Amino acid sequence: MTTMDASKAGAMSRRQFLVVSLSAAGGLAIGLSLPDLAEAEPILPEPWSEATGDEINAWILIEPDDTVVIRVAQSEMGEGVFTALPMIVAEELACDWEKVRPEYASANRNLRENNVYGRMLTGGSSAVRRSREFLQQAGASARERLIHAAAERWGVPADACTAKDSVVTHAESGRSLRYGELAADAAKVKLASEPAIKTADQYTLIGQPKARLDTPPKLNGTAQFGIDTRLPDMLYAAVVTCPVFGGSLKSYDAKAIEGRRGVKSVVPIPGGVAVVADRFWRAKEAVAALPVTWDEGPAASTDSAQFAEAYRTALNGPAAIARKQGDVMKALADGKRVEALYEVPHLAHAPMEPLNCTAHVQPDRVDVWIGTQYPEAALDLAAKAAGVAPEKVELHNCFLGGGFGRRAVNDELTQAVLVSKAVGKPVKLVWTREEDMRHDRYRPQAAIRFEAALGPDGTPKGLRVRTAVGSIERSLGWGSADKGVEPSAVEGLANQPYEMGAIEVDCVLKNTHVPVMFWRSVGSSQNAFAMEGFVDELAYAAGQDPYQFRRKLLAGKDDFLRVLDTIAEKSDWGKPMPAGKGRGIAIHESFGTIVGEVVEVAVSPKGEVRVERVVAAVDCGHVVNPRTVEMQIESGVVYGLSAALFGEITIDKGAVVQGNFDDYQVVRLADMPWIETHLALSGGSKWGGIGEPGTPPIAPAVCNAIFAATGKRIRRLPIKDFDLSGERS
Amino acid sequence: MVAFTINGQHQELDIEPETPLLWVIRDELGLTGTKFGCGIAQCGACTVHVDGQAVRSCSLQVGDADGKTITTIEGLSPDGTHPVQQAWLAEDVPQCGYCQSGQIMAAVAFLNEHPDPSDADINDELTNICRCGTYARIRAAIHRAAAIAKDAGGTP
Ligand code: FES
Ligand code: FES
Repeated sequence: MTTMDASKAGAMSRRQFLVVSLSAAGGLAIGLSLPDLAEAEPILPEPWSEATGDEINAWILIEPDDTVVIRVAQSEMGEGVFTALPMIVAEELACDWEKVRPEYASANRNLRENNVYGRMLTGGSSAVRRSREFLQQAGASARERLIHAAAERWGVPADACTAKDSVVTHAESGRSLRYGELAADAAKVKLASEPAIKTADQYTLIGQPKARLDTPPKLNGTAQFGIDTRLPDMLYAAVVTCPVFGGSLKSYDAKAIEGRRGVKSVVPIPGGVAVVADRFWRAKEAVAALPVTWDEGPAASTDSAQFAEAYRTALNGPAAIARKQGDVMKALADGKRVEALYEVPHLAHAPMEPLNCTAHVQPDRVDVWIGTQYPEAALDLAAKAAGVAPEKVELHNCFLGGGFGRRAVNDELTQAVLVSKAVGKPVKLVWTREEDMRHDRYRPQAAIRFEAALGPDGTPKGLRVRTAVGSIERSLGWGSADKGVEPSAVEGLANQPYEMGAIEVDCVLKNTHVPVMFWRSVGSSQNAFAMEGFVDELAYAAGQDPYQFRRKLLAGKDDFLRVLDTIAEKSDWGKPMPAGKGRGIAIHESFGTIVGEVVEVAVSPKGEVRVERVVAAVDCGHVVNPRTVEMQIESGVVYGLSAALFGEITIDKGAVVQGNFDDYQVVRLADMPWIETHLALSGGSKWGGIGEPGTPPIAPAVCNAIFAATGKRIRRLPIKDFDLSGERS
Repeated sequence: MVAFTINGQHQELDIEPETPLLWVIRDELGLTGTKFGCGIAQCGACTVHVDGQAVRSCSLQVGDADGKTITTIEGLSPDGTHPVQQAWLAEDVPQCGYCQSGQIMAAVAFLNEHPDPSDADINDELTNICRCGTYARIRAAIHRAAAIAKDAGGTP
C-alpha cells in the first residue's frame, strides 16, 4: 500500500511557486550574478528555504542531497504536465525518479534569457509534442556533464563512465559518485558537442505508468492555487462589470457603502468597478450593495434566439472556401440526397476555481500570483496595466484549478494590477462564480449545414458542408479579421477523414458582441458533434451499420481503423440491446490524436437519458505516462458529456442568463458512466496531444446512441432541451 | 464574538456572525485547503466537517458554528494517511485538484455513515462537482477506502 509523504508534498508546493524566481538565477553555469529583479526584496507569503543546489542548465537543478529539480514551462491544470514533462527530462538524465521534484519555470527569466524555455503558453494539447525533443536534449546534456565531471575528478576518459539512478560509475575501478556530489562541477563543464537523444525504442521511463508528482499536496490542502495566495498587508477585491459585454460604467455611488466594516475603497476598472476591503466577504457584500448604473450599449436588445436565426441566415450568404475537391454541385445533383442542419450554443468554461489574481504593484516592480495558461502574455498584461516594462514583472504561476482554455486570457490579471496600483497594496481579486460564468469568453455558437448524395449502393458521391460560427481570432483581436477562414472554425470539417467523393467545405465567420474563445478541443467541440452525427445519418440513409459504414469510408487509413476496430470489439458492437437502450459510435482526430468512443445509453419512457457506458480508444502515437492518458480521456469525456447533456449559455437582453452551477448544470457522480480507455497506438513518428482529443467524440456518440435507442435524431445541443419521451419497442 | 474549535484549536473571533464559515476559514484563519467554487451550496468544494457532519461551509453562517467542532482538510490526519487520502493516492484521483479537498471531506463523512457503500449509495449521496471529471476514480477510491478501513478494523 502506498502512503503519502507529507514532508515532500510541503517542500514541493513551497518551492515550485516562489523560489523559482530566485533560484533560477544562473545561466548555464552557476555563480552568475543575480539579475536586478531577483535581487529586489522578495514578497514572502511564508518563509522558505531557498534552493541551494547547483543548476546544470535552465531546466535542471541538482541539490547536494541528490534532489533533482526539473523546471516545467507549461501550466499544470490537471492534465499532468508536472509529471509527464519531468519524465521526459529524467529519461535522459538517468536520475532516480524518486528524487525528482517539479517546479515552474520562470516566465520572467524566459523573457530575460531569450526564450530559454521556449513557448510557455499551454494550449492546443501541445505540451509534450512541442517540447519533447528539447527536454530530452536538456536531460541528455546534463547527464553528459555529470559524467564528464566525474571522469575529470577521477582522471579517466568520460566514455569509460556510465550514469544510472543518479550515480556515475567507473566500472573498471569500481568508483562511483552521486549526482549531488557532482552537480557543482557539472555546471562548469563545457561539452564539445551535444549528445544524441534516445529514440522511442530506447525509452525505459517514458511509457511507464507513473503516479503523478502533484498528487500528495492535492490531498492535504497544501497545493497552492492562485486563490490561495496570502501576502502580508494584503487587501481583497470583488468586482462587478457591465452585464452586457462591451458596455461601460456610467456611474456609481461610493457613498452608499461608506462606513461598511473593512471597506477601503472603490476603484473603477475596465467596464466596471472593484470594491476593496480587508476581507473578501466584506468586499463581495459591499460590491453587491453598491448602486451602479451602466451604459449597456446597442447589444442590450439581443438574445440567443436572434443569434441562432442570424447564424442560420448567414448560411445562405457568401462563404469562404476551406476545402474543395472535385465538382460537388454535380455530385449532389444525382443520387439520394441527405441534408441536415446542426446547431450548438455558447458554452462557458466554468473551471472549478473561479478566476482570480493577486497583484502587488510597487514603483520598480510588479508581482502577480495567478494560475495562467499563458505566462508570457500575462507578463505583458501586467506590464501594460502597471505602466512598467515586462522585465519588471515577476509572475508567480500557481496550480490552475482547471483551465480548459479560459485561463489563456487573463482579464482578472489586468483588474488586479490596476486595483493594486490604485490602492498601493497587495490585492487579491476574486471573481464570484456568477462573475466567472457571466464574463467568460465562450465556446462560439454555430450553425452547420450538410448536404450529401449517396450512390445506389450507399456510397457517398459528394459532401458539402458550411459552418457559420464566431471567429475566435477576431474576438481576441488576433490575426486578420477578414481572411474568411479560420483554422479552428473548420477543424474536423475541412479535414474530415472519410472518402466522400467530391467535397466542398466553406465557412462564414460571424461575430456578435459575445466574446468567444478556445474551449477544450476548440472547433472540434462543435464540428465533431455535427460531422459524426451526419455520418451516422448517412449510414442509416444507406441502410448500413454505422460502424461498418465508417469502416468502409476509412479504407486504407490504418490509424483510424485500428481505433475504430478497438472500440467496436471492446464494446461488443452489434450485440442486441434491450428496448430503450442503444449504442452509438463516433471517431474524431484532433491535435494529432485519434479518439473513438462507443457509448451505451438508456432512455426512459419519460425521456430521461442515462449514459451508462463509454468505451474509448486512443491513438496518440506514443505515450509518455499511460496513467495520464487514461485520466485525460476520462476527463475529456466528462467535460464533453456535461456540455452535450446540459451545457448552454443563453443571452437575454445582451447578458448571460446563467450564473452558477444551479442553472449551468454539469455531470456529477450520478450521471457518470462506466468508462474504459484502450490504447490503440500507431507509434512511428506520431506524437499526438492528449488534453483535448477525448472531448469531441462524446457528444456525437451519445446522440447516435440516443438515435439507436429512440429513432430520434438530435441535431441541436444540449440534449436536455429535447423531448425524448415515448414508448420503446 | 464567535467561538469554535477548528482542527483541535480553540478560536474566538470578532466577526460578523452572518459571514459564511468558508471565508472565515480561508481568510480569517488562513486555512486555504478549503475551496470556494460556487458560494451557493452547489459544488461542495468548500466541504468541511461540523460536529462530524459534512457541511458546505459557503452556506453556513459562522454564527451558526458557534460552539461547534470543525475539521478541515488540514486537520483530517496529521500525516495525510487517512484511509480516504491513501485511497485517493492509490487511485490517482486528483487532476487539477481544486475540488479534491471537498471531495475527500465529503467522502470521509459519507463513509462514516456507509462503511460498505454500494455504487448507488455513492451516486445518490455524493453530489460534489469535479470539472476535471475524476468521478470514475472517486468511485473506485471510495470502495478502496472502505476496504482499507475494514482491514484496519475501524471505520473510515
Ligand atoms: S463553494 Fe460551497 S458548495 Fe460550492
Ligand atoms: S480535480 Fe479539477 S475539479 Fe476536480
